[in-house]
Amino acid sequence: MSLSAKDKETVKAFWAKVSGRAGDIGSDAVARMLTVYPQTKTYFSHWKDLSPGSAPVRKHGGIVVASITDAVNKIDDLAGSLLTLSELHAFTLRVDPANFKILAQNILVVLATMFPVDFTPEVHMALDKFLAALARALSEKYR
Amino acid sequence: MVAWTDFERATIKDIFSKIDYEVVGPAAISRCLIVYPWTQRYFAGFGNLYNAAAITSNPKVAAHGKVVMQGLEKAVKNMDNIKATFTELSTLHSEKLQVDPDNFMLLGDCLAIVVAAQLGKDFTPEVHAAFQKFLAVVVSSLRRQYY
Repeated sequence: MSLSAKDKETVKAFWAKVSGRAGDIGSDAVARMLTVYPQTKTYFSHWKDLSPGSAPVRKHGGIVVASITDAVNKIDDLAGSLLTLSELHAFTLRVDPANFKILAQNILVVLATMFPVDFTPEVHMALDKFLAALARALSEKYR
Repeated sequence: MVAWTDFERATIKDIFSKIDYEVVGPAAISRCLIVYPWTQRYFAGFGNLYNAAAITSNPKVAAHGKVVMQGLEKAVKNMDNIKATFTELSTLHSEKLQVDPDNFMLLGDCLAIVVAAQLGKDFTPEVHAAFQKFLAVVVSSLRRQYY
């Protein structure tokens, strides 16, 4: 299920449209992940406040979405461009890769709430594939 | 038995009173068939599923979307016993339709996205969590009769 040329075009075009609200997207996606899938909170026991809209949630959302924007720009070489992040997640953070899928679904839900007209089934599919490819690249260094 | 908070009960009933079954059902099924094309294996008799446009305008797909919503409504009306409510449906999907139960959450994910698009800001993280819990219970009940 690798990204076709059309998928990449679709992702780039849609992301260009929505990146103005990148901060909100990231923050909302992380907030949702923690609320809807509470098992993900186990990775953030060092945060003072895990509620939606809190400072750590907003900050982390910003970090995540900035990485996604970076990945969109380097969409032709996800494995290469995500090498360092993969090492971080594999050796330091040790996040179970199953959680990448969870965060991805939450990102898609946020996009649906914010861009109901633009988030067509075709865009949905391309983004779902892209986020899955991102997750694969992030899992590269795990074992 | 599943324990529902007052907030969860109210939220589920509220969501289902707000959404238009005629829109949400067909949209969710067609999104599932488009985004996860392998699910088309269960709809060979539906005619033209060749591309997204064909799927979205296919009347059999739309009709099936409404059937799914009616099934979900039964769960909403029997929130304290979804498992029993869906025993027959589970047997149907397992023995007659032979649907891989992993597909249930694929449709669930698409339904969450369609409802999110309909409700926008109102689909807050807390509302989303209640809806996701409802979907998880529905999926678990549908998986029950698989042996």
